[in-house]
This record gives sequence, C-alpha cells and structure tokens, in this order.
Amino acid sequence: MTGGRAIILGRIREALRNNPAPRPHTSHSQSEAAADHNGHAQREWLPKVGETLPERIDLFAKISEGLTTEFHRVPTMSAARDLLTKLAAESGWKKIGSHSHHDVDALLEGVELPIVRTEKGYAIDNLESCDAGITGCDVLVAQTGGIMVSVESAGGRALSVLPPHHVVIARTSQMVPDLTAAFEHVKQKYGKQFPSFLSFITGPSRTGDIERILVLGAHGPKRLTVILLDS
Amino acid sequence: MATQSADFQTLSRRYTADKGFRAFIQKGMSGYYKKRDLNKANFQDWQGARDLAAEIKYEAINHLDKYLLEFEAKITARGAKVFWAQNAESARDYILKVAEENNVRSIIKSKTMTSEEIHLNDALEKRGFGVFESDLGEYIVQLRKEPPFHLVFPAMHLTRGQISDLFQKELGSEPTDEPEKLTMIARAVMRRKYCEADMGISGTNFAVAETGMISITENEGNARLTTSLPKIHVALLGIEKVLPKLEDLSLFLPMLATAGAGQTMTCYNTMYAGPRQPGEPDGPEQLHIVLLDNRRTELLADAEQRDSLGCIRCGACLNVCPIFKNVGGYSYGTTYGGPIGSVITPHLRGLKNWKHLSAASSLCGACTEACPVKIDLHHHLLQNRRNGAKSSPNPLEKVSFGGFSLLMGHPALYRLASGLGRIFQPLQGLVNGTILDPLRAWTGSRKFPTLAPQSFQEQWKKDRGGKK
Amino acid sequence: MRISLFIPCFVDQLYPNVAWSCVRVLENLGHEVLFPESQSCCGQPPFNSGYWDESRSAARVTMKAFKDADVVVGPSGSCVTMIKVFYPDLFKGEPDELEARELAAKTHEFSSFLVNVLGVTDVGAKFDGKVTFHDGCHGLRELGIKSEPRALLANVKGLELIEMCEAETCCGFGGTFAVKYAPISTAMDEVKCASILETGADTVVSNDSSCLMQIRGMLEKEKSTVRSLHLAEILASK
Repeated sequence: MTGGRAIILGRIREALRNNPAPRPHTSHSQSEAAADHNGHAQREWLPKVGETLPERIDLFAKISEGLTTEFHRVPTMSAARDLLTKLAAESGWKKIGSHSHHDVDALLEGVELPIVRTEKGYAIDNLESCDAGITGCDVLVAQTGGIMVSVESAGGRALSVLPPHHVVIARTSQMVPDLTAAFEHVKQKYGKQFPSFLSFITGPSRTGDIERILVLGAHGPKRLTVILLDS
Repeated sequence: MATQSADFQTLSRRYTADKGFRAFIQKGMSGYYKKRDLNKANFQDWQGARDLAAEIKYEAINHLDKYLLEFEAKITARGAKVFWAQNAESARDYILKVAEENNVRSIIKSKTMTSEEIHLNDALEKRGFGVFESDLGEYIVQLRKEPPFHLVFPAMHLTRGQISDLFQKELGSEPTDEPEKLTMIARAVMRRKYCEADMGISGTNFAVAETGMISITENEGNARLTTSLPKIHVALLGIEKVLPKLEDLSLFLPMLATAGAGQTMTCYNTMYAGPRQPGEPDGPEQLHIVLLDNRRTELLADAEQRDSLGCIRCGACLNVCPIFKNVGGYSYGTTYGGPIGSVITPHLRGLKNWKHLSAASSLCGACTEACPVKIDLHHHLLQNRRNGAKSSPNPLEKVSFGGFSLLMGHPALYRLASGLGRIFQPLQGLVNGTILDPLRAWTGSRKFPTLAPQSFQEQWKKDRGGKK
Repeated sequence: MRISLFIPCFVDQLYPNVAWSCVRVLENLGHEVLFPESQSCCGQPPFNSGYWDESRSAARVTMKAFKDADVVVGPSGSCVTMIKVFYPDLFKGEPDELEARELAAKTHEFSSFLVNVLGVTDVGAKFDGKVTFHDGCHGLRELGIKSEPRALLANVKGLELIEMCEAETCCGFGGTFAVKYAPISTAMDEVKCASILETGADTVVSNDSSCLMQIRGMLEKEKSTVRSLHLAEILASK
C-alpha cells in the first residue's frame, strides 16, 4: 500500500511557501530563535533545583512524598538487602521479577523466592503473576521526582510496569538535577544506539478518571519503592 | 441553518438547563485548578516557559517538512515503518491491512484522540476485530458506546453510581460506590486483554526529529503495557506533533503535565525509538507510525491561525472555558471540544457547517491565557467569524449590521435615533420577554435596562454648551 | 492635561451617570475634560460578528472624532480594547492604518489612565459599603488591567473590598453572543451572580458597564438587593 508521502510533503511546502506566520507574542525576549537554542534555555524557567547533591536528594525525597513514592536512603548494600527482605516479608511476596544488572543482582543476593528473569525473554503470564519487579535505572531526576529507566537498566519494557510493586535500586551518583541532564546522560551513554524504550516514571500508576478522585494502581504498579544507596 | 448548528443549540440548551450537571462538572474541575496553580507557581517563570514553548513550536511548524523527514529517516533506520496518510480513510485502511496481514485477533488501545478523529474503532469492529480501550475513562465511555467527553478526562461527566451500574450490567461486577474498587474491576478485566492482544494501538504526544522517537504521556501505565506486550505496535501521529530536539521534551513534558492535569510530571513519559531491537528482551516486533494529515495542511496554509497546530492537546483551554463548563463536551459534536476544537474544526471539517462554534463564545480569552503554547485562541474565533461572514454571510445579520454601520457612520443619524429610542422605550416595556420582543432571548432571564431620560450627549450639550 | 472623553454608545444611552462620574473625577484632579460630540460607536458589534467592513465605517467616525485629541479616556475596558487592540487589526493594510495605530496608542481605559498615566491611586472618594469587584474580560486579558481598579478602591474611605472566587470568570455578556446563545449566556450569568452573592457584598463594581448590565439584569430579575455600580461612580462619591 502506498501512502501519500509525496502529496503531503507537497501540500506542506505549498502551505509554507511565501506565507509567513506572525511570530508568537512573547513577553520575554528569547535571545535566539528556538532552532538555535542550546537545549538549556528552559532551565531559566523550569522549577528550581538545588545546587548541591544533598539539596537535590532532599528535593527528590520531598517530591516522592507527594507522589506516594516510597523513598528510602540506605548507607550500604547490606542495609538495602535488609530493607528488601522486610518488604518481601511484609507484602507476602511469593515470586518476583528481575533482570541481570550489577546492583539488582547484589540486592537480590540471598533472596530465596522464585525469580523470573527477563533479560533473555519471558512468558508474559509468568511475569504478570509476579508480586514485584526489581530493576535498576539510568538516573533519578531531582526536579520531578522521576526515575529514568531504559531497556538495559530495567530489564526491558514490561518488568517495571507489569508487576504490582516496582522496586528500584539507585546510587546517589545517579541523581541528576533535571530532565535536560537526563537526556544529556542518555546521549552520552548510548551515542546513536538508543535503546528502543526510555521512560520517566514519576510515582506509582494512578488515575483520576472516576469523579477526578485519585486512585493508585490503575494498570501499572500500585506501589513504587526507590532504594537510594550512597555511592 | 446547518444541522450541526441546530444540534449545538439544542444540546447546549439541554445541558445548561441541568444545574446539577453543571455543578458536577465545576466540582470536578476545582481540584485541578488548585493543583495547576501550585505547579505553575513552582516554575521559576511560567510565562517565560510559555514563551519558549511557543517559540519551539513556531520553529517546528514553520519547518514541518524538514523535521518530518528527519524524524522519518531516523525512526525508519531503527526498523519502524512510517505510513503517510492523507486522510482518515487511508489511515484506517492501512491499519486494517496490517491487522489482516498479521492475522491479528485482539487489539488493545491506549488513549488516542487521533483515532477518535478517524473513527478507527468502528472500522476495526466492522471487520470483526475485538478492540479494547485500556485507559479507564476511555474504557468506561467505550462500554457506554459514547465518545470521550473531554480530551483528557473522557468520563468526567459520569458519577461513580453510573459507572458502578455500567460495570454491573456489562461486566457482572458487584455494585460499589468506591472509585478504588471500580478502578480495580477495570484493572482485572484489562490485565487479561494486555496479555492476549496481538496488536497495540496508541496515540503520540510528541515526535522527536533529532533522535527519531515518539513520546507518549500517560498516568495509568496502560500505554506502556499496550506498547510492551503485543507483537505489533501501531502509533497514530498527527503531522504537527514533531519537535526538533530531544531536550525540547524537558520543557514540554512538565508543561503538559501542569497545564493538562495539574501535575509536576505525568506518571509515565515514555520515548520509543523503534520496535524491539536485536538483543532486547521484549517489545513489539513491528512498529508502524501512521502519520496523519487529514486536512491539517489546510490549517497550515492559513498563516494567521497556523499557531493552532502547536496544540499539545493538554485540555487546559477546555478546563477554564466558561462555555465548555456549562455546555459540556457532547454539545460540540466534534472530536476536539472546547476552544481549541472551535478554532480548528472549521479547518478540519469545513467552515460552513462548523462556524457556529466560533460564534458560541463570549470571547473572554480565558483559553488564550491558559494555553501553554500561547495559541491565540480567542482571536482565532474572531477570525473564523470574519471568514464565515465573508464566505457565507447570514442575510439578517448582513442587513442589520448594514443599518448599524449607516447609523453609527453618521453622527447626526445616531443622535436622531437616540431621540427616537426614547420615544419608543415604553414599547419595550409592553413587549418585554414576549415573542414580540426582539431581545427576548436575553430578557427571558434578565431585566432589560431602561434608557436614560436623556443621553449623556444631550446632557453634556445642555450643561456645557458649545464647549467641545 | 486636556483629556478627551470616549463614551461608548450604550453608556451614552443607558448610563449617563457613569460618564458624568468620569468627568467629575478627572476635573477634580484639575484636568480639562473635552467631549467630542461627533462620536457614536466604536464598531465592536459588527466586528465581533465578523462584519469587518461594516465595523470600519463606525470606527472611522470614532477615529475622526478623536483625531486632534491629546489623550483619549473611556470608562469601558471592552470598548477601549476595540480601539487599542482591534483597530490595528481591523485597519491592517487599509489607507488609514496609521491613523488607527495613532488612536490606539493614545487611548486609555479609565482606571488604567488614573493609575498608570496620571499616577493617582487616591482620588479622595468616600463610599460606605462592602464591595466586590468583577474583572471585565477585555480589560483584564486584552489590556492587562487587574491591580489598577483595586489600588483605586483601596483608597476609597469607608469601602471594604471582598474578592469573589469567580472574579476573573466571564459574566457571559459577549455582545450578540448573549442573544444568539442566551441559554449559555444565562448559565454564565448565574455562575457569576452566585459568586457575587457568596461574598455578602452589598455592591458589585466593575470597570465595564456592559458586564454590569448583564449582571444587574439577572440580580434585578432575581430581586436581589445587591447594587451594581461602575468604578467611576464609586470614585466620584464623596
């Protein structure tokens, strides 16, 4: 089936030819046209982020509270393991999902539950019946309380969204100030070979579709736990 | 009178007469206003952010061919297929063909207004495909066989009681008045659908030219599941949604969340650069991008209103619009309701049948003030009125304004009429509110003011004599 | 200063006291007030309905009436918007575009003129009562007037200002809209009036008489005791 590529492109060019639109009315003088902007112009307008790492961690913690993300800062991996053991026991986990990842593997050392690992493919129903998905992440975003995950850092697309509880392990060195820095990180890390999936997760799944009343766990996880380990 | 215009009159009359309904919509919005204002205040400068967003959209829309080609080249290199659809029919046919060639049986959808625009569900169902809307609000209105009421909040017109009754009837669930329990009923139903579906259809909030990505914004996780589990992903994408750079998202994602739902960030903002790549554990084998024109290029050709292609479908203009809040989403009879719908529908579906929407506005400008990308919405309503009066003038209006222009164009006539008005004022008292009263539409609910015994002009002349 | 008064046609016909109040306030401040008698209507009704040719012939009368004026002041955010914001659009590409722009530049809404041009916020007025203020949409969003009337009201002795929740929500007038889409206009009016009554104020004040006509029309029909007054009438009270 052939599409209307040539026709649509022709119509676009015809519409734009010698037919300039009025520039937007702006109250602030944007120094250069957006085409030339260096990708940092938005930092001037977006919410403020602290200058130092402790300030950024505090901001992330504060926003997490509003989002009902369960945020825990731990000094060592063994403290992280204790926390996970406690979570598993309290929540009565019977089966969990995870993937091959340096910190995730370290976190799950000694865990005796059945584990569905996603890195080499998995049966959907098997992952769906897990009580929790344990993943790493690319970065944490202080400005928004967000967690950036990708195929590599979160074991594919579904592990961080299909099980009803998502647990993320991150290190303080992964805290970045804002989305712009997160995108820069992605560009540096992957060059042109982007993973096919990148996502900012900002709190547990939610909906307000019934009378605008907030309900958590609409289709994705009802709980989101972030374990932040001192680097 | 066009039937669309008559339908709007009938429906808006019906909805505005229902005070309980209006109060329900108003109450639904009140929490949003509070959260939106808090998040706006958190910006260092919301107005500066709007200016930059408008500039970026200006750049993108005014170089649309360049950015679309860049986007196409990048995402095609990653294994996606891009189909350029001139109109709704060609978009539907392509999607049907993909479904049939791949022996698809069950289709899961995440929220996409573009699919409403091209009436995709009907076409798929007619060919025998099972189609399931996964967004909670969309699922509810799908079960009711209704279109979405609002761009972002599809089921905001329904009470929990109505939804409980619906679920009881359609799904056999126990009645409940708890939104949480209702949500969990839908969650359980939909879990099976994700696992069984072989095709997922989504919309797209932004496309990024620089990196060849599509970006999808959602709160529920349904779009992520729709794009993770089925073996085919079809993404509908209006041609106007392309942004130049990846970093542009760091402005647009928080702005969309703030303007659209009063959130700092929406729960999931996901960027897809193609289908599953070699070595990746999951994701669809095929990604089809259906790039839709469907008369967007007509809007593009209107330089005066071209900025309305910058719309990010956040719904902020609907949320503040006193017309929308009083007549609701169904009075419009359009896919895109509220101020943005009133502006663009005449371009997408013809001025003649849709110009009444531009007349149905007090031009208060609350929409323009709320728009995160600074679309000059209420002035575009004025331009649509001008274009409509020029291409198909209303004979009665033409004559009245001809008379008006004669009267007001000649100060002596104006003074004469002002005197005559005083002579005839008592007559207004006789006909006030009756069928003979030319202003009865207004005086039906309000008391008409009486003319002053003497106009200011006359008083001034008497009082100040020849002093000009 | 020699100030030429621009009195919109419906103020001329229905509310001459608003015009006189402007005269008194400006004269009390020691200015000379002129009233060019050849003015009629700014042309907004046909403009808003899309009939721009018809609008221009009314607008030309206004432009001619104020051609020699030093400064033009009008007590209506809406009609001043017509001149200040829409004349340049209306006359774009016409031979008298420059004249339209010149008039736009020297025309001011009454409260904005007092505060931003004359630098006055206290006109020595006295008014006993609880007042709530309605922001006319054109004044608020086209001309950016929000703080000016409040600054003036704050200096009126005996006056207590109580803000309503829906101060910035449209009253539903919108010219011919109010007749063409009367049920919607009425619904908007109801929201507005409910918000006014909720404050417990005894007077609703605005800087636009057209909004006040819409609001007053419903309050009177509902036999409410809440009065409506133009800002100029408050400022002229002693």
